[in-house]
Amino acid sequence: MARTNAKKKPSKKKARGKKVKAATLRVDADKLWFMYRKMSEIRLFEERVWDVYTRGLMPGLAHLYIGEEAVAVGTCTALRDDDYITSTHRGHGHCLAKGGKLDRMMAEIMGKEAGYCRGKGGSMHIADMSVGILGANGIVGGGFGICTGAGLSAKLRGTDQVGVCFFGDGASNQGIMLETINMAAVWNLPVIYVCENNQYGEHTPYQDVTGVEDIADRAKGMGLEGVIADGTDVLEMYDAVSAAVAKARKGDGPTLIEAKTYRHHGHHVGDAQTYRTRDEVSWWADNKDPIRLLGKYMIANKVAKQAELDTLYEQVDEEVLAAIEFGKDAPFPPPEQAFEDIYA
Amino acid sequence: MPDREMLFREAISLATAEEMRRDDTIFVMGEDVGASGGIFKCCEGLFDEFGSERVIDTPIAEAGYIGLGVGAAMTGMRPLAELMFGDFSLLTMDQIVNQAAKIRYMSGGQCKVPLTIRLSMGAGRSSAAQHSQSLHALFAHIPGLKVALPSTPRDAKGLLKTALRDDNPVLFFEDKMMYNDSGAVPEEDDFLIPFGEAEIKRPGDDLTIVATSSMVIAALEAAEQLAAQGLEAEVIDPRTLVPLDKETLLASVRKTGYALVVDEGVERYGASAELAAILNAEAFDYLDAPVLRIGAADVPIPFSPPLELRTIPNVEQIVETVLSQRR
Repeated sequence: MARTNAKKKPSKKKARGKKVKAATLRVDADKLWFMYRKMSEIRLFEERVWDVYTRGLMPGLAHLYIGEEAVAVGTCTALRDDDYITSTHRGHGHCLAKGGKLDRMMAEIMGKEAGYCRGKGGSMHIADMSVGILGANGIVGGGFGICTGAGLSAKLRGTDQVGVCFFGDGASNQGIMLETINMAAVWNLPVIYVCENNQYGEHTPYQDVTGVEDIADRAKGMGLEGVIADGTDVLEMYDAVSAAVAKARKGDGPTLIEAKTYRHHGHHVGDAQTYRTRDEVSWWADNKDPIRLLGKYMIANKVAKQAELDTLYEQVDEEVLAAIEFGKDAPFPPPEQAFEDIYA
Repeated sequence: MPDREMLFREAISLATAEEMRRDDTIFVMGEDVGASGGIFKCCEGLFDEFGSERVIDTPIAEAGYIGLGVGAAMTGMRPLAELMFGDFSLLTMDQIVNQAAKIRYMSGGQCKVPLTIRLSMGAGRSSAAQHSQSLHALFAHIPGLKVALPSTPRDAKGLLKTALRDDNPVLFFEDKMMYNDSGAVPEEDDFLIPFGEAEIKRPGDDLTIVATSSMVIAALEAAEQLAAQGLEAEVIDPRTLVPLDKETLLASVRKTGYALVVDEGVERYGASAELAAILNAEAFDYLDAPVLRIGAADVPIPFSPPLELRTIPNVEQIVETVLSQRR
């Protein structure tokens, strides 16, 4: 996989991680359209969040997912509604891909009562238990315990549900990863650990603080299979996760998938990004934009025409704008609601 | 059914077994809780009855398995996790404080986290500074958690059954010096003690001693010595710090006009400080003297017996503290 990070040439070898074969047309047209739509939702939602944030319409912090859409969409398209995910501080994409609705997400981000968490969670804590979103998490690595526990729960309850724990290259250096994945491995829990290696932990290149080039290499030491996938290729992600899900549902245990991807925006809105070059960012935007790559694929395989893709994109943009209006018009929660939902 | 005399640790395993029979979503996890029954034998018999699926030996990875407990609790199970020494809870703080305590709130009430964590506390066994702490105040400080501290085998059974039926994370503190204490325990399946109900362990009119966990035993002994000197102490055990039965405490202090709080946590910023503050603020007009308190000394717990005993509250200290205020 090509990379532009000049600090260190990526090694050619895929080490002990298994390279997934390039995708062929094994996904039907409906699914391709679905993935294109979902990735467009995420892209446009995030672009509008940037706008909403800089206009002062949302409080707090915003960590944008632009550039990484294929990871969330490829993964969640391989899941059922009753499967679980845990998400991260950069979680809007995961939640939309797993079934979160634009309007209630936007309302939550704006701190409104109509939001998923009634305004108590905000951007970093969106949850929708009805579709298995066990919550985005403000702690780096915060999803490992919860998702692995959901996998244990599925096993004890005798269901064939699986859990996907999204985490970043940054979280791969947290101790909790070893503690929980070890238990998943030793007990064959139905959990898929999807590492989004977007090259930077906040402002620091992951190579500067990580003892391996491929985080998937760590899987072997924890007793599970490690897979590397191109995280800008939604079909490759879909295939890799589908295989891991099938294995997990059969009771054959967890998989770690490292998705090589890239964050087009800074760590958060307002990040000056002095730690990387504009050239590097544009290279990824020009060559590895997951939405454009899927569009090309659909056109080449005569699933879509460019004009049709454009129409869909515009339609989604209108839906996102409607979600912003919904969020803006929704009332703030009355202050007394601060004292609700503490105890069940 | 008459009460049966049993050890504190037997009351724990009895309560666990009864609840596991009643509710098959309850499972036990922790270090050496399986065939070996737990280091303090509080899980004895569970593995034989319920098997390895429901009584799970974990790796020595406290943060990891408490984290799994949170996720399992969010998705339909009711885990009971044992942390053999309460000191090890410090390895799990992110899971308990950032995750378990807050997930329900952060999600706007979308989920519940019925996770009970049993953990030991208390000094007195020469276990030194990392196996002797009484850390309940740390957790009582965190909104979203409940904190129980039984002081008798009877309370251990009744409170643990309530914890296992509660839909919130409960920290259940057991003083390791009491595990082999014996007491009468109701054998009925439906014997529960609600949270937030203090118990008057000894009635008296002259002063109130609010004591927690094993300090209840020390306070009762001190009360007998005080009685010999003409002072009748009322000893009250809150039994749960969160929720707290303020009314029973305040009613006693309004009656007696004097109060002493005894708690084995470190005195500085401790549970005793919170309890004393409540009594001062809400019973001020009835107090004839400032509320006193006794906690562990503000030092790490030392190893050598004479050093260790110097740092933790004891009967003589309670008696002397009360008498010094009355002189």
